[in-house]
Amino acid sequence: MDAVVLARILFGSTLGFHIIYATLGVGIPLIVIIAEVLYAIKKDKDYALLSKRLVKGFAILLAGAIATGTIVAVLLNLLWPAYMEIVGQVIALPFQIEIYAFLIEALFMSMYLYAADRMPNWLRILSIIFVAFGALASAILITDAHSWMNTPSGFEMTVNGEVINVDPWKAFFNPSFGVTAVHVAVSAYMTVAFIIGSIAAFKLLKKNISSRERTYHRKSLTIALYVGAIMSLSTAINGHETAQMLHEYMPRKLAGAEGLFETTKYAPLSIGGFTSREEEEVLYAIEVPYALSFLAGDRFDTEVLGLNEFPEELWPPLYIHTLFNVMVGIGSLLIVLSFFAIFLRWIRKKELPGWMLALLVGAGPLAMIGIETGWCFSCIGRQPWTINDVLKTHEAATQANHVGVMLFLFLGLYFILAVATVVVLISYFKRQPLDEEMV
Amino acid sequence: MQESTIAVTILWSFLFIYSMLGSLDFGAGFWGMIYGKNAKTTAARLANRFLSPTWEVTNVFLVLMVVSLYSFFPFAASLLATLLLVPVGLGVILLTIRTTFMVFAEKVNRFQRTFTVISGLTGVLIPALLISILPITLGGFIDDSGDFPQLMFGKLFTSTTVYMHILFGLSTEFFLSALFLSDYAIEANDKKAHNTYRKLSIWLGPLTLILAVLTTITMNEEASWIVENIQENMYGFLMSFIFFLIGYTLLFVKRPNGERGYTRLAMISIILQYAFAIYAYGAAHMPYLVYPYLTIEDGFTNPATFYQIMIAFSIGMAILIPGFILFWRLFLKDKRYLEQE
Ligand code: HDD
Ligand code: HEM
Ligand code: HEM
Repeated sequence: MDAVVLARILFGSTLGFHIIYATLGVGIPLIVIIAEVLYAIKKDKDYALLSKRLVKGFAILLAGAIATGTIVAVLLNLLWPAYMEIVGQVIALPFQIEIYAFLIEALFMSMYLYAADRMPNWLRILSIIFVAFGALASAILITDAHSWMNTPSGFEMTVNGEVINVDPWKAFFNPSFGVTAVHVAVSAYMTVAFIIGSIAAFKLLKKNISSRERTYHRKSLTIALYVGAIMSLSTAINGHETAQMLHEYMPRKLAGAEGLFETTKYAPLSIGGFTSREEEEVLYAIEVPYALSFLAGDRFDTEVLGLNEFPEELWPPLYIHTLFNVMVGIGSLLIVLSFFAIFLRWIRKKELPGWMLALLVGAGPLAMIGIETGWCFSCIGRQPWTINDVLKTHEAATQANHVGVMLFLFLGLYFILAVATVVVLISYFKRQPLDEEMV
Repeated sequence: MQESTIAVTILWSFLFIYSMLGSLDFGAGFWGMIYGKNAKTTAARLANRFLSPTWEVTNVFLVLMVVSLYSFFPFAASLLATLLLVPVGLGVILLTIRTTFMVFAEKVNRFQRTFTVISGLTGVLIPALLISILPITLGGFIDDSGDFPQLMFGKLFTSTTVYMHILFGLSTEFFLSALFLSDYAIEANDKKAHNTYRKLSIWLGPLTLILAVLTTITMNEEASWIVENIQENMYGFLMSFIFFLIGYTLLFVKRPNGERGYTRLAMISIILQYAFAIYAYGAAHMPYLVYPYLTIEDGFTNPATFYQIMIAFSIGMAILIPGFILFWRLFLKDKRYLEQE
């Protein structure tokens, strides 16, 4: 296989793997803060226990986040040197500032884990707040570099490829940074909320747990549902703004996402189906009239550019329509699910029925799939560009030999690491069962 | 000073910090593995007590070094990408195994010994791989007959100087970590562990020195340029040697309480030894990043970005210093942490 293709597979799978740990690393501290605050207000030991157990799981996952993140940082430089050449001149700031976010997280995480018993209560809560802040900041800063690839700004290129007139802060605050950063943050929070909800729902489905444990899991599910509902709604609202950003700055990607070939006003939104190159439309889709125009510009007569406006070699792969649909579909489904669950509880003030719990068990994994498809949509939808309209992917790639061998080794590593993480998490929580920790 | 010189000095300082922290980190992991099964000494427990809260901070310094290299010298990216994919790629694979398995070993009883051994051994291999980058930058292992310069693995892995570099890197890792832990043991009031690590440092110190000299002697023909530069910078290496003598002697001096060794002062002195040697070596390496293909001037970014990075860097450090101080007090000074059972 071509070295560029190998490099793309290697880099894509590395990020796809890192993002699982990274998302959990961003979200868990938020839930820990909520549990700590509830404990401080209600003096209910269950919340203290919840935060304690979450932190234990977090400490195991953090090792994976940091290790895979270090791989990402190294591979980014080794696989895409021509891209790094421009990044280094224009958008080095977020990478540099991110280091301080990592340091903040690392310092305060160690304090929270190994010195909690020696610190006053307020300092303990403050340190978990710093951990949450560090994780969020690092996610937002790396997203800055990503959004700049979509909407590059803050520099000019001469005809012979020299970078001039660099304005690092203009690059930092590139047009898509704001919306994208919010989208990444709220989608991470919603995902972690649903994953914690999945665990609680799974436990509640078991018949043989004590009523003491049942209460504990119910509290954890309540937090998960409320956070999940708020965050999934925010994700969708903000996703709408993100789509408008695409309309303004990356019309090719939006056209690809919707399988729209001809430029039209009153454009319909196609849900499902798949894009056919020959017929120039999305087959087997449900069409919502005018919805795409409304989504793109808040008006039914907004003109949406079609793929035919662009030379075909600049089209993104057409299957990004599916990636986009999966993300949006999951987002919509989870909003309905979480609000319906809250509604049921609020009306009936009873335990959720079994079928509802069963659905909630699936919510966490679904949200994670939303994260994966969303990122793949964004990165693959940018093709054939690495830096939109500036640098093509095949120009960005390394010329090194042995990329194939490295791909093989890294995939093996991710497999081992995934298995080991799961085994360790399970055996850790088996060894410290909930009923023994409750006294 | 020129901007590119300031940049390379900062980068070199990060390299110095990471080589110290990395040696302590990987070395402590290794000693933790070696003494892990030995019930007679508390040496392993001490090593782990140091590692648990610190490995993450150490890792950030590695990332800091990588990020700074590419932010300061973006034009080095293409060449480094072809040269370093395999050695650095393997390095991060090992680093991942080492980091995650070390944390796993701390959290579970099942497979604990396996996790400890794997992470201890990979921790030894990582510095060995990373230090093999140094001879690559000295020239002589790069094939530029094709379209792009490529690394000649055959020549690299059959050359004496690479193995000497590796041996030197390993002995440094063991020496620095043993010396540090012998001092940390005093802080923790752990006499047994102190004695174990002090004995190790006593024979590892001279070994490291001998290997350093041998490494310079075995440098290949292509690297003769740096040997010449080293001779011109002899002053720095001389200072380094003097600090070694001071530090090493301090290990034997009797303290008022009758025991031997001012380990804290010895540690400081040995750090100065390495500081002088590393900066003198760095000066001898100038102006090349990779000989003879790339100088620091060729690789350097534009001044606008450089100054923004410097400002961000200063603000970041200023904010973090209180955090570091608190961290130091909690894990390296606090008796309640150090002496717990
Ligand atoms: C749980 C995850 C999740 C959910 C439910 C959604 N998103 Fe999303 N989306 C992401 C997770 C995500 C992401 C993984 O975080 C992405 C990838 C890159 C990025 O910036 O965020 C993303 C990117 C992304 C982009 C592309 C941005 C770009 O290419 O620059 C658009 C247009 C949307 N989203 C729109 C939506 C809409 C309209 C949603 C309606 C519900 C939605 N997203 C739900
Ligand atoms: C949007 C996707 C990403 C998110 C949300 C994310 C988030 C995170 C988080 C939360 C951590 C753990 C931080 C810590 O505890 O120190 C982490 C680690 C890391 N990430 Fe990512 N990351 C993303 C993509 C990337 C990319 C593209 C890079 C490379 C440029 C990267 C580089 C790193 C590094 C180097 C670490 C290790 C930090 C350390 O040593 O402490 N990440 N990331
Ligand atoms: C963490 C979630 C992410 C995932 C799952 C992801 C996924 C992918 C995939 C699948 C590709 C290959 C695209 C193709 O060639 O068809 C890719 C390419 C790439 N991504 Fe992302 N990405 C993520 C985040 C990021 C971030 C945060 C950055 C920037 C800092 C980034 C930078 C790149 C670069 C430089 C390439 C290679 C050049 C290219 O193909 O355009 N990615 N990514």
